[in-house]
Amino acid sequence: AALKGKVWRFQVSAALKEGRVTPGELCQRCLALVRSTSFLNAYITVAEETALKQAEESERRYKRGQPLGVLDGIPVAVKDNFNTAGIETTCASNMLKGYISPYNATVVQKLLDQGAVLLGKTNLDEFAMGSGSTDGVFGPVRNPWSYSRQYKEKSVPKSHSEDEESNWVITGGSSGGSAAAVSSFTCFAALGSDTGGSTRNPAAHCGVVGLKPTYGLISRHGLIPLVNSMDVPGILTRCVDDAAVVLGSLAGHDPKDSTTIQDNFKPFELPDLPDVSKLSIGIPKEYQAPGLSSEILALWSKAADLFKNAGAKVIEVSLPHTRYSIVCYHVLCTAEVASNMARFDGLEYGHRSEINKSTESMYAATRREGFNDVVRGRILSGNYFLLKQNYENYFIKAQKVRRLIANDFLKVFGSGVDILLTPTTLSDAVPYMEFIKEDNRTRSAQDDILTQAANMAGLPAINVPTALSERGLPIGLQFIGRSFQEKQLLTVAKWFEKQVKFPMIQLEEVKRPNHNVFQHEKSASFS
Amino acid sequence: LAPWIPVVGLEIHAQISSNSKLFSGSQVQFAAPPNSLVSFFDASLPGTLPVLNRRCVEAAVMTGLALNCSINKKSLFDRKHYFYADLPAGYQITQQRVPIAVNGSLSYSLYVDNKMSQMVTRTVRIKQIQLEQDSGKSLHDDTRSQTLVDLNRAGVGLMEVVMEPDMCCGEEAAAAVRELQLILQTLGSSQAVMAEGQLRVDANVSVHHPGEPYGVRTEVKNINSIRFLAKAVDYEIQRQIKELENGGAILNETRAFDSKLGCTVPMRDKEGKQDYRFMPEPNLPPLILYDAKSLPANMNHQQVVNIDWIHERLPDLPSVKRVKLVEQYGILPEHSFALLNEDGLTEFFENVVKHTQMKPKKVIGWILNVLLSYLKQHSLTVKESPVSSVLLADLLNLLEKKEISSTAAKQVLAELWKGEGKTPLEIVKEKKLELIQDQKELEQICQAVIDGQENEVIMMVLG
Repeated sequence: AALKGKVWRFQVSAALKEGRVTPGELCQRCLALVRSTSFLNAYITVAEETALKQAEESERRYKRGQPLGVLDGIPVAVKDNFNTAGIETTCASNMLKGYISPYNATVVQKLLDQGAVLLGKTNLDEFAMGSGSTDGVFGPVRNPWSYSRQYKEKSVPKSHSEDEESNWVITGGSSGGSAAAVSSFTCFAALGSDTGGSTRNPAAHCGVVGLKPTYGLISRHGLIPLVNSMDVPGILTRCVDDAAVVLGSLAGHDPKDSTTIQDNFKPFELPDLPDVSKLSIGIPKEYQAPGLSSEILALWSKAADLFKNAGAKVIEVSLPHTRYSIVCYHVLCTAEVASNMARFDGLEYGHRSEINKSTESMYAATRREGFNDVVRGRILSGNYFLLKQNYENYFIKAQKVRRLIANDFLKVFGSGVDILLTPTTLSDAVPYMEFIKEDNRTRSAQDDILTQAANMAGLPAINVPTALSERGLPIGLQFIGRSFQEKQLLTVAKWFEKQVKFPMIQLEEVKRPNHNVFQHEKSASFS
Repeated sequence: LAPWIPVVGLEIHAQISSNSKLFSGSQVQFAAPPNSLVSFFDASLPGTLPVLNRRCVEAAVMTGLALNCSINKKSLFDRKHYFYADLPAGYQITQQRVPIAVNGSLSYSLYVDNKMSQMVTRTVRIKQIQLEQDSGKSLHDDTRSQTLVDLNRAGVGLMEVVMEPDMCCGEEAAAAVRELQLILQTLGSSQAVMAEGQLRVDANVSVHHPGEPYGVRTEVKNINSIRFLAKAVDYEIQRQIKELENGGAILNETRAFDSKLGCTVPMRDKEGKQDYRFMPEPNLPPLILYDAKSLPANMNHQQVVNIDWIHERLPDLPSVKRVKLVEQYGILPEHSFALLNEDGLTEFFENVVKHTQMKPKKVIGWILNVLLSYLKQHSLTVKESPVSSVLLADLLNLLEKKEISSTAAKQVLAELWKGEGKTPLEIVKEKKLELIQDQKELEQICQAVIDGQENEVIMMVLG
């Protein structure tokens, strides 16, 4: 596939500032797009009223010449596992259907304080457990690229009508809704979460930038946890510069989150012309994992060459404990899940079963009705690993293995390597019908292999859309950096982005029964 | 019959005296309207995180130092999981792996016999002190088949103090807890009022024959006062002995003390053999404390807890206060115990001594034998005493100056109890209780008596 396309930046901010478009207009257009792309099922809740209000207030500020910053008036979306005051927060689960949180997550508050316009809450795998965004209670998210000219041109049509209905591909997960929302132009940035790759994976499949920051850099207060010791809020945008801007508005110590670092964070701007010639790029050989498509392997190699030709030092490195990360993750993740989900008992909030013969029977029924199989399965596994007789052999062992995995990275970074370059996913996005042939656990185990270790070690990592696959679908590559060295990481990512010039999605006119036809030309010309 | 050795250990939960809870900013207050002191975190709303309360840490360090513990410069928090209506998160945050303080000791004294004449001092080892969350309260309404849950108490900071099984009977357990209570109140780390649930005691009791291993122990809960603690422990010891002597066996169970019947009964097994699935609390980094040596040079004093700084500012503990009282006033150790045992009594005593010429050694008798027994009879606290320390001092001065006899003094006191606002002098004058000092006057009175009783006098003289 040709490596060309446009790189988006918050050029729209300039447009807002200059008055070429108003926040109100921008908000309306995005909301219209949300409506016309509703078949993607990227949004669970669209907060139209509040969004328009926020846009109005932003407009007033621009008229006074006092915008709050670059994000003022910019429509954003937030994954539905972040608390948003007054707007439903469901985690795509029956357990929290109808739950209206009384407080904003810190990151949500920060966005709002910067004047961002919150369009709505995006779809995900239930409680962020999954790698396809297919296992939520509101149904699966469809990858916008399923409806792109690039994909349609390459797909072998069985029959016209069958095509569109059965051939659509997944977004990846668990932040699929956010990735789809950004990819389909409904918003300019979205928040996801990343515990084992849940931001980077869908970013790769949807052709957007997906940033996983260093653990402890961004507050988790208000992010409904999956694995407290690995979760981070993730940032999805259409270009690296935008990710840097959003990072700048979110990072920093939060007294409400005791796991955020105390150091003062300084927001940074990326150089216009990044220079990578002095860098050392590591290629971890273990990331040539079984199942890695030859396409992606070739692309990875090409990318390495790009760096070499630019004068960077590119060397093969080893992270020997990589292959243990999945099984280690399963133990630690399920253990924390069992613990974190214990609060869902139907008493204080959320779903409560009608069965109330006794407190215990109410708990059991509530949790059976409220959680899907994936969640229940992880709770059972996790409780097993935490039993007294198993704790030493499973939980403690996994913690030790986690330390070994983290040390692998320390060694490599300590030996002079600045950034690691790896694939993000094993293949491009698979069709939904194929994806659901395997269960959630199997899929997660397969799909997390390239992204998981960074969560183990708490390191920052980013997916940069690189090229289209033979099927016309996005392939991304991943950069992993040193702790709290986001500036360096994003600088390298920006350089790479400029080199590959990933093509813009060409969303086709789609004629669907009961859906409005939408034009792609208008939406592409935002900036 | 071979002798039995009873073995008693205690687990004591003391509510920390602080404005806000251990991990959240909601207020701590007794008897507030239900669910009026509940933050989002206390209600376990998803996405909320614990933030450690500095004051609670300081309270635990103070208590650890007062109990001669080693303070762990690094301690950890863990989750202890179980489902119960008053535990919103489905787990309690506690310190299971590495608590904040370990290996201390507590010295306490008790009377050897019922005569309250001689005191002995014992020591109990303190295994550890850990910080943990209190649970909410649940009330079972069986008539309406419902459970009412009040989360005001959920998340309040507790210090769990574990006393090793070094005690042998109810009296020792009671004395140890009483001393701990006084220490906590002196430190201010807990108000330790059992009636308000600020101090809760569970007793672990077992018996064995000398030379044999320790017997199976039972845990006794639902003990609501120090008096009941002694009763519960002694009952349980006797119960176990009887059971074993009848050829039965002791179950490792939890029993509740029934204060009305004065016995222990097996508790409804609400948990079974619980596996609490302990797991590190991932949202709280290790708690690091500093001392003068380890404190980094540029560290802001506000940001850290400095063990040495706290140590320097500890108030005089009860044991020290007692020694000082004995030295300063020449009273007996038993007296100092009794003084400290009653809230406000020491201050009362010292105030009387200040305002009277009577020697403290004599004043103490009036305080402990007369004043205190009166207060006890009428269930009054020292604060509620109708006789103030100044009034009593006035009275004692009259006695000391030999203006009245001690019998008369007691009469005056009886009047003073009425609290009618009269001074001792006024009462003396009113009741004509003055001692007659004049020799001639005395002779006249005696003569008058003799004159009136001639026959009796002759009989007496004749023998």
